[in-house]
Amino acid sequence: MNGDTTKKSIPYTVPIGPVHPALKEPVMFTFQMEGEVVKSVDFAPGNTHRGIEWMGMRRNPVQIVHLTDRICGICGIVHSLSFARAVEQITEIEVPPRADYIRTILHELERIQSHLLWAGVAAHELGFDSLLFLAWRVREQSMDLIENLTGNRVNYGIVQIGGVRRDISNDQIPLIKQGLAYYRGLLDQMKTVFLDDSTIRMRCRGHGLLSYRDAQLLCAIGPTARASGVAMDVRHDYPYCAYGDLDVHPVLPPQEFGGPHGDVYDRIIVRLLEIAQSINIIQQCLDNLPAGEILWEKKLPKLLLTLKKAQGEAIGRVEAPRGECMHYVRMDGNDAPVTWKVKASSYSNLMSWIPMLKGEQLADVPIIVASIDPCMSCTDRVSVIRDGGSPGYLTKEELTRLSIEKTRRIEKCH
Amino acid sequence: MTETPHLSPQEVIDLYKAEFGAGIHDARISERGEGVHKTKGYNIWIRLDRELLKPAIKKLIDIRFPHFAVIAGNDLGEEIELLYIFSVFYGTKFGEYMVTFGIRLPKTDLTVPTITDLMPGALLSEREKQEFFGITVSDIPDGRRLFLPDDFPQGVYPWRKDETGIKPEMVRELWAIDRPKDRPVPPVPEKKPVEEVPAAEGKEKKTGGAAE
Repeated sequence: MNGDTTKKSIPYTVPIGPVHPALKEPVMFTFQMEGEVVKSVDFAPGNTHRGIEWMGMRRNPVQIVHLTDRICGICGIVHSLSFARAVEQITEIEVPPRADYIRTILHELERIQSHLLWAGVAAHELGFDSLLFLAWRVREQSMDLIENLTGNRVNYGIVQIGGVRRDISNDQIPLIKQGLAYYRGLLDQMKTVFLDDSTIRMRCRGHGLLSYRDAQLLCAIGPTARASGVAMDVRHDYPYCAYGDLDVHPVLPPQEFGGPHGDVYDRIIVRLLEIAQSINIIQQCLDNLPAGEILWEKKLPKLLLTLKKAQGEAIGRVEAPRGECMHYVRMDGNDAPVTWKVKASSYSNLMSWIPMLKGEQLADVPIIVASIDPCMSCTDRVSVIRDGGSPGYLTKEELTRLSIEKTRRIEKCH
Repeated sequence: MTETPHLSPQEVIDLYKAEFGAGIHDARISERGEGVHKTKGYNIWIRLDRELLKPAIKKLIDIRFPHFAVIAGNDLGEEIELLYIFSVFYGTKFGEYMVTFGIRLPKTDLTVPTITDLMPGALLSEREKQEFFGITVSDIPDGRRLFLPDDFPQGVYPWRKDETGIKPEMVRELWAIDRPKDRPVPPVPEKKPVEEVPAAEGKEKKTGGAAE
């Protein structure tokens, strides 16, 4: 930071980050404040840039698939799926339909666990820690299912170029159905605790506004864009995996809640409704799961030989829990790709913070920042965190305390 | 804004060819179908004169307001190719196409106009291309570094494949690096590393990341 942080006149500079537990992800915010109100915002990502693309451009595609698994700790499948889809297009590898369906099932299970994780974090940012624990407890069911299907809770290692590495056996299908029934039974309860709670509504309704036009201009995607009324969802717009066979519609904030406002509350609604949508998609996939192979080629040397001959470029994109995830790959007949560009979902959503945070109170910053479900490790493509903090910084306790105090204050007025 | 009706990928290309003529070097459509029904998704690739980049993007905005994804780049030796990746017609069931505009910049003149006046959300991507490819985006509203740290050497561009790229001496063999000396003492004393027999030389070279 520069000397600005110590100046004693309005607007005051309040730095938050780069590593700040109230933000959950490493990013540096600098707020210009007038009293409690945010006048302007600046942010600097990149505190955890690991140069994964650079590493990938020195490895072969089969190695990169395992590298892509490690781009993000929450989205375990979207990056490997995007990358594999790009390479499959270059090499014209035909993925067996069964593998497409298995990819879709895991893709949606991931969305369920990611949205529940987010719901817990959002509850925590508002000072509802009991709700955080409830949300994360029910999330365990999807984590267990993912572990059962792939062998891992994170870094699934399920996607291979040309298919998937593990089949879903007939014994596992009842387990998945059990899991779906579990979440179906919880949906109403989750809606009640999140949406019928007057305090959550007061803290979130009308805060962190992103207009339809701003969402378009700032290239917002996923639930962030949909909560502002932009009907975009890669699963609906652009067929891939099993989605070409399914009926998926972008989830927008429904009329019964007054249509899209583009606030934090709408982002909660969209994510909760998307959990229900994911359950339906998995059910459809299980009902129509085709039989057959799960890999285009089982023998790795043969696969590697095909990949080595590949020439061309392609884009692989999928709808990650946070929005469109896109990989551009260009190959020129060598082991390693010439170019590999990762565009994670949060990369497109970060700019939306600026209009969202302007004019808001400091105590609302944590929930607004969290409302786009930022994933800095995706955006920065890294995961190393260093100790830090200096006396001029708000501690996590202080910021969380501010947020909790505001909740209590509102409860009293009510 | 008046919206043109939904077009087929070929109609989009035809519109561009009619408007820009010889300025379009190459235009092609790639398609891909997956799942049981193999419903097709389309990508449109348009390579054009560098002067036509902004008119081409304006044209796309006139067709239907697109979503801007990212700018990708290729180091082709004498030139750097920038690919502006958009998608258009989102919200239409299976009717969205990726539209990629490719322009080439010779390494003697790596300047490209900003597109943030048309698409403010492209700012992060433009900042990233400046630091990773060493291009200059003229009139960029905010030209600071984005991902690279402030102490990263000037004049080194990680995605370049020439002498300005990452130099071999910058690549540290992670396995050989000890704990940094300039950090505070950890709150809990670190365990002394167990005397390990280093694995075979050849194997470690591979994991070091410099398999060029």
